[in-house]
Amino acid sequence: MLPKEYGTITELSGPLLVVEKTRDVRYDELVEIQLGSGERRRGRVLEITSDRALVQVFEGTDNIDIKNTKLLFLGKVLTLPVSRGMLGRVFNGRGEPIDDGASILGDEKRDINGMPMNPFSRDFPSEFIQTGISTIDGMNPMVRGQKLPIFSGSGLPHNRMAAQIARQATVISGHEDFAVVFAAMGITFEEASFFMEDFRKTGAIQRTVMFVNLADDPAIERITTPRIALTAAEYLAFDLNMHVVVILTDLTNYCEALREISAARKEVPGRRGYPGYLYTDLATMYERAGRLKGKSGSITQIPILTMPEDDITHPIPDLTGYITEGQIILSRTLHRKGIYPPVDVMPSLSRLKDKGIGKGKTREDHADLMNQLFAAYARGKEAKELAVILGEGALTDEDKAFAKFADLFEDKYVRQGEYQNRTFTETLELGWDLLTIIPVKELKRIRDAYLEKYLQPRLEKAEKAEVTAGND
Amino acid sequence: MATEKMIHGTIEKISGPLVVAKGMYGAAMYDVVRIGDIGLVGEIIELKEDTASIQAYEETSGLMPGEPVVSTGEALSVELGPGLIEKFYDGVQRPLRLIEEDAKSPYIPRGINVPAIDRETKWEFHPKVAVGDAVIAGDTLGVVQETVLVEHRIMVPLGMEGTVSEIKQGSFTVEEVVAVIDQKGKKRDVTMLQRWPVRKPRPVAKRLPPVIPMTTGQRVVDAFFPIAMGGTACVPGPFGSGKTVIQHQLAKWAEAEIVVYVGCGERGNEMTDVLLEFPELEDPRSGQPLMKRTVLIANTSNMPVAAREASIYTGIAMAEYYRDMGYSVALMADSTSRWAEALREMSGRLEEMPGEEGYPAYLGTRLASFYERAGRAIVLGSAGREGSVTAIGAVSPPGGDLSEPVSQNTLRVTKVFWGLDANLAYQRHFPAINWLLSYSLYTEKMDEYWDEKFDDEWSTLRIEAMTLLEDESSLREIVRLVGIDALSKEERMVLETAKSLREDFLHQNAFHEVDTYASMEKQFKMLKTIVAFHHLGMEALRKGATVGEIFNLPVRETIARMRYLEEKDIGQIDELEGKIKKEMNAVTPVGGETDAA
Repeated sequence: MLPKEYGTITELSGPLLVVEKTRDVRYDELVEIQLGSGERRRGRVLEITSDRALVQVFEGTDNIDIKNTKLLFLGKVLTLPVSRGMLGRVFNGRGEPIDDGASILGDEKRDINGMPMNPFSRDFPSEFIQTGISTIDGMNPMVRGQKLPIFSGSGLPHNRMAAQIARQATVISGHEDFAVVFAAMGITFEEASFFMEDFRKTGAIQRTVMFVNLADDPAIERITTPRIALTAAEYLAFDLNMHVVVILTDLTNYCEALREISAARKEVPGRRGYPGYLYTDLATMYERAGRLKGKSGSITQIPILTMPEDDITHPIPDLTGYITEGQIILSRTLHRKGIYPPVDVMPSLSRLKDKGIGKGKTREDHADLMNQLFAAYARGKEAKELAVILGEGALTDEDKAFAKFADLFEDKYVRQGEYQNRTFTETLELGWDLLTIIPVKELKRIRDAYLEKYLQPRLEKAEKAEVTAGND
Repeated sequence: MATEKMIHGTIEKISGPLVVAKGMYGAAMYDVVRIGDIGLVGEIIELKEDTASIQAYEETSGLMPGEPVVSTGEALSVELGPGLIEKFYDGVQRPLRLIEEDAKSPYIPRGINVPAIDRETKWEFHPKVAVGDAVIAGDTLGVVQETVLVEHRIMVPLGMEGTVSEIKQGSFTVEEVVAVIDQKGKKRDVTMLQRWPVRKPRPVAKRLPPVIPMTTGQRVVDAFFPIAMGGTACVPGPFGSGKTVIQHQLAKWAEAEIVVYVGCGERGNEMTDVLLEFPELEDPRSGQPLMKRTVLIANTSNMPVAAREASIYTGIAMAEYYRDMGYSVALMADSTSRWAEALREMSGRLEEMPGEEGYPAYLGTRLASFYERAGRAIVLGSAGREGSVTAIGAVSPPGGDLSEPVSQNTLRVTKVFWGLDANLAYQRHFPAINWLLSYSLYTEKMDEYWDEKFDDEWSTLRIEAMTLLEDESSLREIVRLVGIDALSKEERMVLETAKSLREDFLHQNAFHEVDTYASMEKQFKMLKTIVAFHHLGMEALRKGATVGEIFNLPVRETIARMRYLEEKDIGQIDELEGKIKKEMNAVTPVGGETDAA
């Protein structure tokens, strides 16, 4: 069937246009818009009645006029050509190359919206990923196929941390085919070039696919950018059997774009003006992470979002937290103390941690140690708060030990270099070292056998050292 | 499906999951329709003259105005019969395994049509009535062993009664006739397969008050905020506070004969987890895999939003069906907030006048009528069987703020409230059920029940423990303001016992092989020991022992480890009281008070 061309635009408003007297137009169909100047743009059908279509223009409606613009309905949905050749390339938010390379002749064209994974066909993520960052590996272990966002705030080093994860992530079981898909939504040129530089410097660019929508690119294009990136990731993971880490930044910009469209459509808003379907919309992206039975590849997602006013109850982090499998939260207080990475250990959480750790995966004592470190750090922080109000003297000896632990924990365990890649064993050992400060009877979360095996030798060594010191 | 009721219309408008069709005059509300050339499933949710608004249960991308819409003349229904247990369904009762086989893909394509209940499997039917017996609706005609744990009772369908004129024995598929009933001269065939419209509650003979506890093996729940068979409960909490883990724990360990678990708009990986874990886990009562008594329904967050709305009803209709057989059924819905959001989305697209936060004005009545389908009852049939449906819904309030409409409307109808607390979760105190916020309106009735079982000691213990926890919160306030030294030694004892209650009793590790489940017997013994420690400690204090000595007694280590004792060893807990006494005596100065410093 020939594409149908229309010159019957009746309304332009925000990112939307209305075209009338349409016939045989499909819902969700791709539209090509030819401006009087010859410029071509693309759009998508958002709503259709028998003779009227509402079209969302990806590049925005600037300079579009009602008189000279023509619309072409292409009879298909937005697709992305996919092939191995995407690796090492940089694309814009619509999936067109912007790195002076040739355009991608795909092996196949894929619908960018994907299809929901059958929960029955999923394989449960259980392979530990070592990121080399103690607060993640030790306290909030990540597994392949997980979606673990970073909740950050303006001015916090989330980009450096994401780049560090992309650089260092490995699986203990050995070297396997590994790729990074990077989608930038509305970030600045400076931020985007930081990632590009970092990937180039470390050679990671060879196994990276980048989709970049900058802050001055059309906002509406951001709606498609993450979907294009995830389509590429699905191809790499489930057709080429690669382990793919997808970094999406910044989801806050994405949600703003969604709100803009919703407002232009005059929809009934949910909380803070965001559309009522924000949860469902975010889920259609986040849920594209995972593993499939019978496929060796995986998609691990690390979405980054900046919480407006550091408010975790804001709809964007709130709804994200309900969909993703945990969250890594960055703390402004730690950042001010000069601690990198400023991971706020207490509220951070990896929901799949129990599946990826333990005997045969990391080490038998990992879970107990992790729970004990959490509990001790919580108690230490509480003791420190108390000391602020009542003075150090009001603390019991135990509380003093815990307070000291909390300080050392932040300084030694949380803090690490941007290029420091700790193995999980180093992280675990570090945890045990710190626990020696605390009286043994307070270590209720750890099984006796592990105390015996891992803590006892340390205590004995310390005692000997003390004796020797005393003899001097 | 009567052909004369088939109504053919055409698509007028498409907007996301909402399809408007004209030429639908004669169709009824909530009729199921097939939309477009590919035949997507949908349901009529609004009628205006000959225009019908339809919510589509599948993605509408690619549909075009002018394509046909056909009404099936039947309301959205579930298929009921042997073969439900151990199945994994989507929101409109399509088995996900068959979808995978049919689609030959790990993704869910559109327009797939697979039977909810397998038509090929033969079931061994054992009759329970004889020719000539008079039967009424709900009477058991025969039984089928559905799984090792479930005896499926084939009941006389609703609206049928008379005398049995034919009854068979042997192997049959669900569509084969197993009995013929003579209803006033009219012969009516009965197969093992029934259909039931999901939005219509299945009737019962008589409703009963919920007075029997449904134990869950979770100490904070059973001891302090119990739920009754046929009761309703809600678990609201911000993300990361462990709602899903609690729902999973209840699905695993609740003392129900059948469990229906509805994953409504939640994570795909979570459902996969349940699917992989349940066949491995053993039911503590029967020793059989938990999956042998479980039906799973999953409509994950990325699956079509309208089917999410339906999934809750699909679940409760199945639960009612097993209740009618005389079983105690527990239904978990995680999360009802996602269901409400689906409702809101459809309401928004219908351009209805919004209520609070964009939710439709009928949110409250919909929620209430859902929870009202729970209950304990004498079911239909002359045998007077008793069955129950217990409904437990998770709520995901935005930002953990309970003032939002879904939480508020849920709190109005549910009788048990397990309030999850993000601060407890941060401290890794799980289950993060806040003992000062939560409540259960069944507590008194359950006290009566347990007092009878535990020699009238139960309620006294429970009340004393709760009082200690409440005292602790006000004492901690004082400590926060003026320091621990301001407290008397008795008050410090209260703090210490409350700490023990929190850490050794309320805290429960769902991932520890033994701690994950505690029988009522064990809970009683544990609570008794901790309270005994308090009493003996107070006495020792009066007689001149110091708090330091009491807090450092070696027996406290054993108290902390009670939770890890296997059920067969819980007798050991009884010996603890003697041990506490002995150690207390050792630190109490001879002659008592006179030596007190």
